[in-house]
Amino acid sequence: MSEITQPSPVAVSLGAVRPLLLNWRRHVPLLLVAPLLIYMLVLYALPVLAMLLRSLNDPTWTLSHYAALFEDVVFAKTFWITFNTSITVTLGCLILGYPVAMGLVRAKTMAPFILVIILLPFWTSVLVRSYAWMVLLGRHGLVNEGLIALGMIDRPIRILNTPLATQIAMIHILLPYMILPIANALRQIDPSLIRAASGLGATPFMTFRQVILPLSMSGVAAGTLLTFVLALGFYITPAMVGGPRDITLSMLIAQQVDQLNWGYAATLSAVLLATALAILAAARHLPGVGNAFKTSMR
Amino acid sequence: MGESGMNGAGRGASVTLADLVKKYDRVNAVDGVSLDIRSGEFLTLLGPSGSGKTSTLMMIAGFEMPTAGDISIDGQSVVAMPPYRRNIGMVFQNYALFPHLTVEENIGFPLKQRGLPKAERARLVAEALDLVHLPGYGARYPRQLSGGQQQRVAVARAVVFKPRLLLMDEPLGALDKQLRENLQLEMRRLHADLGITFIYVTHDQEEALTMSDRIAVMNDGKVAQVGSPEDLYDRPTDRFVAGFIGESNFLPAIVRGMEDDVVIAECDGAIIRAMCPGRPASGDKVTLTTRPERLRFADSAWNATTPQNRLSVTVTEAVFAGERCRYMLQAGDGTSMVLKEPSSAAIRRRAIGERAEISWSVADTILV
Repeated sequence: MSEITQPSPVAVSLGAVRPLLLNWRRHVPLLLVAPLLIYMLVLYALPVLAMLLRSLNDPTWTLSHYAALFEDVVFAKTFWITFNTSITVTLGCLILGYPVAMGLVRAKTMAPFILVIILLPFWTSVLVRSYAWMVLLGRHGLVNEGLIALGMIDRPIRILNTPLATQIAMIHILLPYMILPIANALRQIDPSLIRAASGLGATPFMTFRQVILPLSMSGVAAGTLLTFVLALGFYITPAMVGGPRDITLSMLIAQQVDQLNWGYAATLSAVLLATALAILAAARHLPGVGNAFKTSMR
Repeated sequence: MGESGMNGAGRGASVTLADLVKKYDRVNAVDGVSLDIRSGEFLTLLGPSGSGKTSTLMMIAGFEMPTAGDISIDGQSVVAMPPYRRNIGMVFQNYALFPHLTVEENIGFPLKQRGLPKAERARLVAEALDLVHLPGYGARYPRQLSGGQQQRVAVARAVVFKPRLLLMDEPLGALDKQLRENLQLEMRRLHADLGITFIYVTHDQEEALTMSDRIAVMNDGKVAQVGSPEDLYDRPTDRFVAGFIGESNFLPAIVRGMEDDVVIAECDGAIIRAMCPGRPASGDKVTLTTRPERLRFADSAWNATTPQNRLSVTVTEAVFAGERCRYMLQAGDGTSMVLKEPSSAAIRRRAIGERAEISWSVADTILV
């Protein structure tokens, strides 16, 4: 009797499975990224966490590494140099990159050619490019020879192994990261807006200032952030072309690792990571930058 | 805009196009356009896409350089003048409102470029918003407005600096039919209020007929005919114009003689008289045109008082379309024609295959 009145077991299981199936569908995107997510968790996030942990528990649980930061004159100087270099490089990229982005967007037949030139450095390793700059900026490099030939200087000047050399080489390497987001923002500006501005009485300069520049701010913000955060962590280039005393944070970290000073190296890494994250977090609240995040999501 | 619009500057500019040519990659988009646009008139450039109407407008605005020819505004050549110096209002098809500026800032944009003080700007912007019936919308951003409202803002921005010439490039193209018809009437009203010259580009013949003082029909980069809506509809001088504006029947005929400005031609064995400004020679092969709604079945209760043409035809198709019946007819020589008859319970419906005699007024027959 009771067997008849009870719903069949098959029906029960289907009823329970159906919502699960629906959920399964909804989670397809998550499943698609799962392999990469696991890969990143195991091979990236966990090691980073382990490294950060070392700043607190090497050799025993202690905050002494962080306390040491405040007394370390070398750290303070390094931090300042790193920050200063990043700002200079970012500004340099912005000033040199913005006109290139405009040219890239305006050029019609030349655009693919310009794009290849911009991307060309991407296809060469940072190491090779840094070596190239050593050759160019050296005592008997192309730059010195050229300046002498032009009669602007009498004997070779020191460019290599100065902060200037670091800045020149880093600007060269980081320019694409500035140009591409700006070009992307510029490309999205409706050309009829520029015509409208002109028709309404705005000179080309006024059009640039009141229409093109504000509408490209999302790209400027994205490019600036990207360039700045990347510049913070630069190691190879400043190490190769920079001055012997102008060490950056990443060079200091490498130095500490060399000395098997793992705890302090981890502490410095934590500072570098925290700085980058703090800048990204702060920048989100700047006007125009929030939009950059939004547009990149679209 | 009221009184400030009236103080002399309200008068419209006259525009002269002289043999204007625009080449893109060897193709003549505009191929020798000459046109006199009178002060204060509403002139429409009408034509299918690719006829050169937008290119012509862009050259007047200064966004495109003519390959040859001249454009003068109030007698002064402006070809060498950049757009921002021409002082012309322009409404774009996609409105081209600045997305990062509020409605107020958008409308104030041309005033800011002209260095007007802030208070003056605010006053003129408020006036312009009133003019387009959008008071109180100043603080919104364009994306917060509907298509029709954005259109009004674009118009306000184009007239706020009191230009003497307003160019409009299919400004109603993106709107639905109902809204478009409302805005057409508003544009007419605006034209009457401002008293400035409007040059309007559209491919919509109905829009052109409704709004314009004069229409320049463009085809293949050339002006096919310029005239009032009535001129173009009743007296097309060109087969393209007759076919593009409204519906037309085309009858091949052979000229047999002239009587004053009426040509006597033979068509399918019948003598057809047609209005003709020119002097075709006897024996010339010509095309006569007439409008479908001006044809009548000769045996219907309809008393014509003007000279009539008559032709024997066979009904090949009959469609009842509510307010009117539409018949496809075939003459003996195979020429097909359309006849539109106002529908009435009192009029007998024709059957397919029926032979009939049709008649229509000589005045409604044009040699093209």
